[in-house]
Amino acid sequence: MRGAGLWQLGQSITRRLAQSDKKTVARRYFASEAELKKTVLYDFHVAHGGKMVPFAGWSMPIQYKDSIMDSTLNCRQNGSLFDVSHMCGLSLKGKDCVPFLEKLVIADVAGLAPGAGTLTVFTNEKGGAIDDSVITKVKDDHIYLVVNAGCRDKDLAHIEEHMKAFKAKGGDVSWHIHDERSLLALQGPLAAPTLQHLTKEDLSKIYFGEFHILDINGAHCFLTRTGYTGEDGFEISVPSENAVDLAKAILEKSEGKVRLTGLGARDSLRLEAGLCLYGNDMEQHVTPVEAGLTWAIGKRRRAEGGFLGAEVILKQLESGPPVRRVGFFSSGPPPRSHSEIQDDKGKSIGEVTSGGFSPCLKKNIAMGYVKSGSHKAGTKVKIVIRGKAYDGVVTKMPFVPTKYYKPA
Amino acid sequence: MASRLLWASRAASYLRISVFHRGFASVVKDLKYLDSHEWVKVEGNSATVGITDHAQDHLGDVVYVELPEVGAPVSHGSSFGAVESVKATSDINSPISGKVVEVNEELNNSPGLINSSPYDKGWIIKVEVSNSGELNSLMDADKYTKFCEEEDGSH
Repeated sequence: MRGAGLWQLGQSITRRLAQSDKKTVARRYFASEAELKKTVLYDFHVAHGGKMVPFAGWSMPIQYKDSIMDSTLNCRQNGSLFDVSHMCGLSLKGKDCVPFLEKLVIADVAGLAPGAGTLTVFTNEKGGAIDDSVITKVKDDHIYLVVNAGCRDKDLAHIEEHMKAFKAKGGDVSWHIHDERSLLALQGPLAAPTLQHLTKEDLSKIYFGEFHILDINGAHCFLTRTGYTGEDGFEISVPSENAVDLAKAILEKSEGKVRLTGLGARDSLRLEAGLCLYGNDMEQHVTPVEAGLTWAIGKRRRAEGGFLGAEVILKQLESGPPVRRVGFFSSGPPPRSHSEIQDDKGKSIGEVTSGGFSPCLKKNIAMGYVKSGSHKAGTKVKIVIRGKAYDGVVTKMPFVPTKYYKPA
Repeated sequence: MASRLLWASRAASYLRISVFHRGFASVVKDLKYLDSHEWVKVEGNSATVGITDHAQDHLGDVVYVELPEVGAPVSHGSSFGAVESVKATSDINSPISGKVVEVNEELNNSPGLINSSPYDKGWIIKVEVSNSGELNSLMDADKYTKFCEEEDGSH
């Protein structure tokens, strides 16, 4: 769900009070409304009061009847159902699909057990992030992954280019883009009990990051215990003809406690969980080490390299990155992306990449990049908003504790 | 409560109607309106300024209001502060030129007053008017209602 700058999106749905800005926003986001793609749940969203906005070429609900504040809180108290069908599901198949993917990502794919997955990063030659993605090794000859809607075209072009070269050398790999499927994310404490009503499979045996192919509500689904909220939950890839029925069944089985939730609350939730939004918090020129994703670089990969940009990344691991992604609490108005960060003497040390008011903590939270040395938790900073410097402090993330379902 | 909500959303889905639109937001008769969705109420030489119900409805939960200093000059159509909702920042423009004589300090602790009471407890500043002629360029309630309808329709 990343790529298009959700904060700007929020502005586009908001009647801008400043006239001049309104015109730019209108031009930028409403011009191509007719060309926007719709998920199979589009009518369902509209019927449920979804406020549809353009997002990465799709018409998606930014919120429903509930306010973004209420939606965010309800996800952590009960549960949320999101349509994330704009994201691109992809299968890589063939006996060499693992070594092929390992050239493009930082994860130890070979070391994943069948049915296990992880968050990873596609890197370029300079070690920068092309996209982040959740990948799963279904079997040794089948990888399932989901990439961001906003990065779909460049990701697919990148994978295709490398696949051609790989096949030319005799490698056995092919792909299938799952455009015949839709993707629902069910998140929050009621996610598992609700979903359990709709499948015979014992969900208590599927842990965070794990993947199963199973029947849900009579449809053949790919289930990953993962998400983008910090809560326990699932992403369910369902054949598109069954997607609306599944969404209805989930809402009904939760007795109305799981609520349809839009991109607005999804952004608050992921920010509270300290998760990156590609295009804001991670970009082409940012390495996984700078982005705080060193943990996602497999041990074997650190020793062997063998992925694009490995030289840069391994060198950063050794001598430390020049900048680092950190979290902040701050006073005053909520920081937004591009707010300047200064040290306590007023010297510029970086920039906010995402920020807002945390509905759960009832205070401002933000993330951004600062020079190494200013990155330690407790470091006092100033955050500049509309020309005024407000007090902030570097803070550990996640801001709200994550509740992933892991073996005891 | 839960079952009522479920019923409501089910009914909406069968009828294929949207239950989101609550009709047009309220507009107060005796106020004057700027096209960037601020209102002004003039009593003698003093004017009270706030944002409209329509504006607060589109903004969503207001979490912070940036107020000007007492004594600061404001001018017609120009920004004097900002309101922040969970997801968006919006400038607040003054419908009228003059000098700030009072700011609503309550908003520092309770920015949500903008949502719950946009025309009363959620007022933002009081201004000593320097050019009452500017009032003629503002919209009255009827015109502003129509303006909001058109703006909603075009999106």
